[in-house]
Amino acid sequence: MGIHPPPQRIWWKEPVARTELVWVIIAFLWGLIMFSAMIYWHMAGEQNLSNESYRITPEAFAAKAEAMVEKYQVREEAGFPVVHPPPGSDVYMIAGLWQWWPIIEFEKDQTYRLHLSSMDWQHGFSLQPVNINLQTHPNYDMVVTLTPNEAGEFGVVCNEFCGIGHHLMIGNIYVTEN
Amino acid sequence: MSTFTHRVCPATGLRIHSSAENLIKANAVTAIVFLSVGGLFGLMVGLTRWPGVHLLPADWFYLALTAHGLDLLLVWIIFFEMAVLYFASAILLNSRLAAPRWAWTAFALMLVGALMTNVAVLQGNSIVMFTSYVPMQAAPHFYLGLILFAVGALIGCFVFFGTLVIAKEEKTYQGSVPLVTFGAITAAIIAVFTIASGAIILIPTFLWSIGLIGNIDTLMYKTVWWAMGHSSQQINVAAHVAIWYLIAAVVLGAKPLSEKVSRMAFLMYILFLQLASAHHLLVEPGISPAWKIFNTSYAMYLAVLGSMIHGMTVPGSIEAAQRGRGYVNGLFEWLRKAPWGNPAFSGMFMSLVMFGFLGGISGVVMGTEQINLIMHNTLYVPGHFHATVVAGTTLTFMAATYLLVPLIFRRELIMKGLAKWQPYVFGLGVMGISLFMMGAGTLGVPRRVWDITGADAILKFDYSGAAYLMMGLNGVSAIMAALGGFMFIAIIVGSVFFGKRTGDKPLEGLTMTTATKYGSAKDIKIPGTVVLVAVFFTAFVLYYFVNWKYLAEVWPLR
Repeated sequence: MGIHPPPQRIWWKEPVARTELVWVIIAFLWGLIMFSAMIYWHMAGEQNLSNESYRITPEAFAAKAEAMVEKYQVREEAGFPVVHPPPGSDVYMIAGLWQWWPIIEFEKDQTYRLHLSSMDWQHGFSLQPVNINLQTHPNYDMVVTLTPNEAGEFGVVCNEFCGIGHHLMIGNIYVTEN
Repeated sequence: MSTFTHRVCPATGLRIHSSAENLIKANAVTAIVFLSVGGLFGLMVGLTRWPGVHLLPADWFYLALTAHGLDLLLVWIIFFEMAVLYFASAILLNSRLAAPRWAWTAFALMLVGALMTNVAVLQGNSIVMFTSYVPMQAAPHFYLGLILFAVGALIGCFVFFGTLVIAKEEKTYQGSVPLVTFGAITAAIIAVFTIASGAIILIPTFLWSIGLIGNIDTLMYKTVWWAMGHSSQQINVAAHVAIWYLIAAVVLGAKPLSEKVSRMAFLMYILFLQLASAHHLLVEPGISPAWKIFNTSYAMYLAVLGSMIHGMTVPGSIEAAQRGRGYVNGLFEWLRKAPWGNPAFSGMFMSLVMFGFLGGISGVVMGTEQINLIMHNTLYVPGHFHATVVAGTTLTFMAATYLLVPLIFRRELIMKGLAKWQPYVFGLGVMGISLFMMGAGTLGVPRRVWDITGADAILKFDYSGAAYLMMGLNGVSAIMAALGGFMFIAIIVGSVFFGKRTGDKPLEGLTMTTATKYGSAKDIKIPGTVVLVAVFFTAFVLYYFVNWKYLAEVWPLR
């Protein structure tokens, strides 16, 4: 029994039942398939993270975001600037206690370089209801090249705990038909 | 000398030394006290998340969630694991415990540490969640308490290793250590790795909290912290799998199908489970895909392989034992006629099924590098780990407690009728919690959020009605799980204090003899288990590919 020493002291030389052996082989092969799937998706899939990121101070990142807002702001909503940057450009979204700034307007089926960084603690960029989730760190500028493929109004909610106002940290991204 | 006094267990014939026995009792009782405290916090969290109830104000919700995570994920489980380690070494090997004084020191350090951290949280200045990600800062005694707790646990591990050495030297057993002890060794080795990682990150964080270190890199913190945080969950896996074998042996007289295969599966844990830190770093900036893929898959899913092997060998050994006892009709007579009224067995078997189907499959899917994009930090994550840590570990530990009461505390269970139902009530509640949180997560509901309506937020986002329904059902499930937890505590505390002393008579419901000789033979017949494993595998493959499909539908990004 499992609570007694094995009957054969040299337990590693015992024969193994075929049923067990077959399952070990199937499970091992399934592991290889799942392992290969991740590599395959890097070649064939459209949803991968590039690992493009830079060290940056919160001040420098905020300056870039403010410059972008200066250049591409189209209107204001509830005190937040709404920017409509040209396709292909670098777009900055600031995570900070407790807001996503500014509101960004994308055009459908166009590609943008979205930069994310935090001014203070860690935050979670969660694009809803698409359900794309990324982690936002202070001092790291994470670049995601994304192509919105549906028009509409989207929420950016914070899904990394960031203190008492965590649930208040909601932002918006709009995607317009072109 | 009192250290050497012992009695002989009437059920197992094992020599039980009072030094080990008292330490097992102290650690198990403390564990259960923290289980009740942490469980109460959990109930409050579940009721607050239920939009229709929304029990606590925001600050209390975040405080309760921090305390819930700490007291259950860390304190309850590690205290109980200390009891498991002492049991699997001293009791199963017929030995005295090495250095009982050190073991008591370990116990005291863990208790002081746990209390200190709890005080810090309850004071309201350390509401940083279990993960305490920098640069969010807790009070110094929050980190100091964790460090003391970890040092205590480390000493406990060394008492365990010392006991193995003594037992070997004093020849208290013949041949190799039993499989259950082998599993406990696995858990202890992973624990040493885990605690070392904890020290590497928590000591600098403590120094940072008192102002001696200026800055801690957020990504470095997370990488090393999770080498503790996730690996400590792997201690649980090794420990509860070992207990599955223990309960199968004690209740049904089940023998491992093959010592070699089961031990190799444990070895896979030692070699590969620690890589899981990567599971928390899949959508972080600055980490290469190659590193992510290798680590998140435990080097090509070799630790998953270990669990999948146990997933067959545990039910397989039960089936073989039952068939040996004469339940040979059809595919499932062995399962139908299993002792479903014995809470040790029913708890263990439900734990096995839920750990595999809910916790295991969701864990592998969520840990797939790219699929993590559509799940990271949503409620799917707590949904997953409630299946592994609560349905898996906690339910198993509860089941094991039903054996500890007669064998170690030497008391009969009180309220036996209630005890029969307890694992089902708790198990179903936890199943609901896991499923509904995973469901809410796939609908985008974030984790650790007090209010999903966004009523006080400036900008808005509305979740679907289904998400609200899931949160309500999660609340109902939390009530059910809490009820099951309350039943457990009432039964166990009542039995320990007021149960009839068992004396020296043999215990009912325990089959301590093997039904027939089998094991390690070429012709084991376990057709029922083969069917169960086939169902599991089919579910696994389907769910895995469905999630790739979901991923393929979101915005292209690179």
